[in-house]
Amino acid sequence: MIPLADDVAAYLKRRARWSPLEIAFWIFAFATIWLFPGKYLIMKDTAILALFALSLDLILGYAGILSLGQAAFFGIAGYFSGLVAKYGIVNEPVIALILGGMVAAALGFVTSFLVLRGSDLTRLMVTLGVSLMLYEVANRYSDLTGGADGLQGVTVAPILGLFRFDLYGHNGYIYCLIVLFVCFVIVRHIVYSPFGLSLRAVKGNGLRAAAIGIPVKWRLVAIYTIAAGFAGIAGALLTQTTAFCSLDVFSLDRSADLLLVLIIGGTGYLYGGLIGAVIYRFLQDWISTLTPQYWQFWIGLVLVVIVLVGRDRIGAVNEAARNTIYRFCMRLMPRPAARCRAPDRT
Amino acid sequence: MLTILFDGIAYGMLLFVLACGLSVTLGLMNFINLAHGAFAMAGGYCTVIVVNRLGVPFALGLPIAFLMTAIIGGVFERTLYVHVYAKPHLDQVLFTIGLVFMAVAATDYVMGSSQQFVQIPQALQGQFNVFGIGMGKYRLLIIAVCGLLTIALQLMLTKTRFGSRLRAAVDDQRVARGLGINVGAVFAVTFAFGSGLAGLGGALGAEILGLDPTFPLKYMIYFLIVVTVGGTSSITGPFLASILLGIGDVAGKYYVPKLGAFVIYAIMIVVLLWRPQGLFARSAAR
Repeated sequence: MIPLADDVAAYLKRRARWSPLEIAFWIFAFATIWLFPGKYLIMKDTAILALFALSLDLILGYAGILSLGQAAFFGIAGYFSGLVAKYGIVNEPVIALILGGMVAAALGFVTSFLVLRGSDLTRLMVTLGVSLMLYEVANRYSDLTGGADGLQGVTVAPILGLFRFDLYGHNGYIYCLIVLFVCFVIVRHIVYSPFGLSLRAVKGNGLRAAAIGIPVKWRLVAIYTIAAGFAGIAGALLTQTTAFCSLDVFSLDRSADLLLVLIIGGTGYLYGGLIGAVIYRFLQDWISTLTPQYWQFWIGLVLVVIVLVGRDRIGAVNEAARNTIYRFCMRLMPRPAARCRAPDRT
Repeated sequence: MLTILFDGIAYGMLLFVLACGLSVTLGLMNFINLAHGAFAMAGGYCTVIVVNRLGVPFALGLPIAFLMTAIIGGVFERTLYVHVYAKPHLDQVLFTIGLVFMAVAATDYVMGSSQQFVQIPQALQGQFNVFGIGMGKYRLLIIAVCGLLTIALQLMLTKTRFGSRLRAAVDDQRVARGLGINVGAVFAVTFAFGSGLAGLGGALGAEILGLDPTFPLKYMIYFLIVVTVGGTSSITGPFLASILLGIGDVAGKYYVPKLGAFVIYAIMIVVLLWRPQGLFARSAAR
């Protein structure tokens, strides 16, 4: 082997290692099952939102595609899983979930060719247009989808035939959390793979990426499809845990809120969507108890302020906080004996 | 059939007046302003207040709506928008969506969430019957006003000194700056003027489009379609695009009412695939 290739492999492996902070994060995430038993519903929403944000981060943060239409995939899988459960076609929720993700991914694959062309604005319009078209279609076939009243009468079978969706959302929350974790591990794997690195190159400079032999178009198609699949899983989760699906899964607000979630947490950073979802969901909950009717105003204000202050500055604060916590955690843990040496080019 | 065409043209004209400000800001500063509809809404509400509550005649209400919105637009441009021009598109989208959310909630708070109606004078209600085609008087007025505005805009853009400065700045900002054109000032004036036009459109259109706090969200898509399909390099592009959109939308709602706006979105996507720079854009893209 060429020494450089070894170095690169070692570098990739080192980057992909789970840091103590990440492990702590997930231990805490699973501990919430016992820590906050009264808050299952909001935590379940948060977990779904986090998965949804993760999917958008894949295309926005890692591939640099500006999209306002992620709700299309969320919605189509939501309706799909609702319909298969309602008519008893697929009774097992986990299988329905995966199928929902695949349906969304198929839609993502087909529409990915639309977003490859044009400028940011064209992409924005095309992604938005796709989700609005789906909205109209769902509204049109109201005998199947329930139209403006939403899809009703969905009864979801117990998970794996064992765990029933209870009224308090206990099993639902655990289910969402596990799905989120599994999806996160997969996404993490994708991002730290050579494939993920090549995406960063494409985002940085598409022309140069093409010049060093990265098939830019196919990489973008692939990541768009994958991201659509995860958005679909999030949508299916929502339908399964609420046993309901309404037209607003396709709405612009949903896509716009999602952007806000990512911006709060930070783009191009795996935990950004997760942390953003937690902050956003609790912020929204708090504001809407203060002013039930006008919470949108404050959400808008947050957006405006974030942009005026500057995302990079907020990102810097995030980074600093992360580093502080990281250092703190490292001090608590014994240092690993064999650390990888820096790649030296000899 | 001809009535549909007529209504479609009226609707399209209205859309053009609403959206042409947006096309200029987008072309000039490459700035994605999703909050354009908020200015239109401001114009509409301004007319409602002035005409319904203060009893000002409708004919005077329209210029007031234009002026008020232009002032609001100018103030916003100088205080808020200037900071966002140089930022990436993602920031612009977030910023303007935030403004839309705020405008929607604030209007809801101040004016209530119900739909508002402008009292239009008796003389403008009713229909003419020409060769068996019913033409609403109010729609005729809209076509007349918007047609005149379009011609005036076109003349201003091609014949005046300000127009040539504006075109120079749109074509190449850096060179224009090098020639001593104060691009920032040109832009501020254009932005205010475009917002004013949007306000005028909102005032005129309150009767046809309906006016409630969700107006900016509802029609944002339409404005953006006009701009993306029409291209941003001229005024004729958005004009033709909005006429097409107006006729298409009215015809679509008449013939296939259940499919709603599906037709419009489908057409937009097809057009954007075919000509990503817009239907009427010059081929020499920057």
